[in-house]
Amino acid sequence: MVVLIPLAKIAIAISILLFIVTYLVYFERKISAWIQDRIGPNRVGPYGLLQSPADVLKLFFKEDIVPSAATKFVHSLAPVISLTVAMSTYAVIPFGPDIEIFGQKVRLIVADVDVGILFILAFASIGVYGLTLSGWASNNKYSLLGGLRSSAQMISYELSMGISVVGVLILAGSLRIYDIINSQQGWMWNAFIQPIGFITFVVAAFAETNRLPFDLPEAEPELVGGYHTEYSSLKFAMFFLAEYANMIIASCLITTLYLGGWHLPFIDSATLSYGLMPLISVMIFVAKVLFLLFFFIWVRWSIPRFRYDQLMNLGWKVMLPLSLLNLMWVALLVYFFKI
Amino acid sequence: MAVKKRKKDLHFFERIYLVEIIKGLLLTLKHLFKPKFTLQYPEEKIEQAPSYRGRPVLVMDNGKERCVACGLCSRVCPALAIQVQASETEDEKERYPVLFEINMLRCIFCGFCEEVCPEEAIVMSKDYELVFTRYDDAIFGKDKLLVPVEKLKDRLEFVRTQMRK
Ligand code: SF4
Ligand code: SF4
Repeated sequence: MVVLIPLAKIAIAISILLFIVTYLVYFERKISAWIQDRIGPNRVGPYGLLQSPADVLKLFFKEDIVPSAATKFVHSLAPVISLTVAMSTYAVIPFGPDIEIFGQKVRLIVADVDVGILFILAFASIGVYGLTLSGWASNNKYSLLGGLRSSAQMISYELSMGISVVGVLILAGSLRIYDIINSQQGWMWNAFIQPIGFITFVVAAFAETNRLPFDLPEAEPELVGGYHTEYSSLKFAMFFLAEYANMIIASCLITTLYLGGWHLPFIDSATLSYGLMPLISVMIFVAKVLFLLFFFIWVRWSIPRFRYDQLMNLGWKVMLPLSLLNLMWVALLVYFFKI
Repeated sequence: MAVKKRKKDLHFFERIYLVEIIKGLLLTLKHLFKPKFTLQYPEEKIEQAPSYRGRPVLVMDNGKERCVACGLCSRVCPALAIQVQASETEDEKERYPVLFEINMLRCIFCGFCEEVCPEEAIVMSKDYELVFTRYDDAIFGKDKLLVPVEKLKDRLEFVRTQMRK
């Protein structure tokens, strides 16, 4: 039992992840189409629902091209790094309160580590290696530029992201994600208490996941495909998967850190039967994450890409001071109100 | 050095992006629920206007072509797509084409043949779906070119009124 439960949790987490990614791609295409007054994929299966599996199948059968001038080992290593990092970050993200199965207390998290947030930030930084190495190993000027941009962008935005998170940590008094969520019961969502930190974190999350308006490492019009220009077949699929997995992580993270995890103001106070509560909590959590994922896609199809100098200006001259301001605000709150 | 002012400097709310971003998001949200423009092509098709220049066809009147095989269309065709071979007939018009072929791989849909024809015997149709799997299939003979006049009414009307022939 001791081994079985974590294994089951890992299996469930990964299959849910893959399922969500598949349909995230589908909805990305659908929503982009709707926003542009089009219909979107609707030919493969009913309502085009089998489009994404078909795409994956297609990628399976494509030839895997490695440029002759590429550094072969690193070239194949890079997508693996991206994907592994993206997948393992899920381990520390909880998606519901404790539940009881067969008299056993089960936490809805793969690994409840004490340094949860730190773990996520650390892994997010490793993820950059995937992009940078792929850009360097491809031996292609566009890829290299994409890789360089991604590393510069990550460094600039990770800073403000980290400082925004510190505000949350001060309020929660713990690095453990459970404690952070439980410190936001009722209306005490961090998004309301520290709105500036919320905004800086969301913007930094967009930059970290390489989504528009910060998708400079890819930037199709200027860099062809950026870091993944020279990738094809399954290696490309891995990058693709990693990007969407990162999006889900970012959404989960925003939900846990700022939107109160599985807490909703009125549900907590309502007297619900004990058995129903975990189910509703998980549903609330998933609903929040899905809304954020929609938000990610929605923003992508609304806002144009930043220019590189604008990106750097925003990162260092706006985001960093703002997140520091937020930190001071939280410190003052704690000092005066002893929240 | 004085800071160069742009013609239209952004005011504060524009410069912090947030307000403008929310405006943009609301606009795209509105479009999310708007009716879509897309036409589901093989199932739905556009009814083309009379001015549309699809593949050229021969007008068939009372089961016979109007063409008198004068060869003007073949002469004017910039792509050299038309081949006409004349022969005699007992009918009032005295001449008719034994062979009338348009090579649809050459035709550029310019409509000159229609313009030059003295008999209104060749007109542009609304048919734009031209797919061949062999070169030979692309050469349309009389069997494919002849279309009853009833089906070409609005184009003939258009040729008469709009092109002032
Ligand atoms: S439409 Fe133009 S190219 Fe085509 S057959 Fe007529 S004259 Fe020739
Ligand atoms: S111009 Fe008209 S009448 Fe003369 S050959 Fe061509 S189709 Fe026939």
